[in-house]
Amino acid sequence: MFSHCADPKALEGFSWLFCYLTSGKHLDFYTSFLTVLTLLAVTAPTALAFGFGGAMAARSHIAPVSWLGKIYIVMVRGVPDIVFFMFFVIALDQGVEWMKHQVVCPDWKEPIRQGLEFRVCPEAKVPLNSSSQIWHQLYGFGLAVFTFSIVFGAFAANVLYGAMNAVPRAQLETAESYGMTPRQVFRRILVPQMWTYALPGLSNLWMILIKATPLLFLLGVKDIVYWARELGSAKTQAYSYPHPDWRLWYFLFLLVAYLCMTRVSEILLGRLSARLNHGQATAAGEAMRRAAQ
Amino acid sequence: MKKLLLATALLALTGGAAAAQTVRLGTEGAYPPFNFIDDNGQVAGFEREVGDELCKRAELTCEWVTNDWDSIIPNLQSGNYDVIIAGMSITDERSKVISFSENYFPPAASAYVAAEEGADLKGVISAQVGTIQAGYVAESGATLLEFATPDETIGAVRNGEAAAVFADKDFLKPYVEQSNGELMFVGDDVELGGGVGLGFRQSDTELREKFTAAIQSMKADGTLNAALKKHFGEETPLF
Repeated sequence: MFSHCADPKALEGFSWLFCYLTSGKHLDFYTSFLTVLTLLAVTAPTALAFGFGGAMAARSHIAPVSWLGKIYIVMVRGVPDIVFFMFFVIALDQGVEWMKHQVVCPDWKEPIRQGLEFRVCPEAKVPLNSSSQIWHQLYGFGLAVFTFSIVFGAFAANVLYGAMNAVPRAQLETAESYGMTPRQVFRRILVPQMWTYALPGLSNLWMILIKATPLLFLLGVKDIVYWARELGSAKTQAYSYPHPDWRLWYFLFLLVAYLCMTRVSEILLGRLSARLNHGQATAAGEAMRRAAQ
Repeated sequence: MKKLLLATALLALTGGAAAAQTVRLGTEGAYPPFNFIDDNGQVAGFEREVGDELCKRAELTCEWVTNDWDSIIPNLQSGNYDVIIAGMSITDERSKVISFSENYFPPAASAYVAAEEGADLKGVISAQVGTIQAGYVAESGATLLEFATPDETIGAVRNGEAAAVFADKDFLKPYVEQSNGELMFVGDDVELGGGVGLGFRQSDTELREKFTAAIQSMKADGTLNAALKKHFGEETPLF
């Protein structure tokens, strides 16, 4: 990147380290932090939406809808994450290609499944072989967001379902006696009050989501743990910057990075929790009221 | 997410007409000097050089993709890339699930590397998962300790977890030479596999023929031998 780094093997000491830490590969490593943060920023609201939908469906008075919600929660919570991340993503990817195949190549004669092989016509590939690398990466990232959202959405659905049931029945009855429709009760009374019950569970999920991001590599997205392992492994003279096994240092750095992320999250969630408890008829809300007196 | 998918799908659909044949080459990127990610974050090494030259001769546009060694065959079959170019030895077992081009690296020796002379080669031996070396160790009566990446197999010897590592000699050689005497070859070399070839889906005969022809032309005019010498030293076996 810098002109004085052109011949790394002639460098020594601090300038070697400087050039080493600004090599193209290290820049990829730093960028992967952005990838992870973007994933968190996109996945969290999506998963919450999935969770909200799942919880609403599970509470529904229409039996099939309620079954659907409950099956979603039970199925996804019961399947190990790693199985989900290996199997579901491949199935999803192939499903998308299969559907596109039906549309763009109706005249294709050969079977799509040949033994272990999955073969759609070249025009049905998603993304196309000829698309630039960025599209392949975006597609992989999209699959990752979707999968993470489904998995964490199921847990969020369970948390929200519990939280909705925890809102005191008296509150809802009062609203009904004021003449509100069920929809109004849900929107004006139930949802605003349930967050205080849901927050502890949701904040747990958020922490787990932060720590689950290394699963990204299973989906072909290079995350910070992948790069740390790759950069830290012993390098021979074939590389521009040969060095012994430095994984320990890279993983220590990751440890600090993850602790920072979770610590900042804890502080923010703490504030949010205080805000949500304010004025609530719960033990925490009561404690706040007494403290303020 | 849905919008993204839709946008990708649309783009892919509209771009369909202009699609010349682009071939995606899948490699591991952790096996120097065969293939590795260099300090600019690009795939480099012997296979990068050979692969680019082969694509030029076969008149194909090629794109490099890295994939874990573990899942390199399943991802070929599900179509994430079209060719495996990852130092993969031609074996009967693999030929049942994928098909190989003619070899572009001659049958080579595998060797043991240990941290001390007289290491117990029937003790704990580390090898990379899913390699012919791992299969050999398992049959040799030693205790096999498998790792996902080649680098970890050597790490296991350095920290005493394994008595020795068993891998391609050409991969191990630079590590031994540059270890200041900490690592050494022990025991006898073992000839394994039928050389290194490109892996294809079994239904992709046309593509395989194209690459085999390109390999033959590189063998004929000596460019392959030159690349072998450049990356593996003067004494390496040639075609």
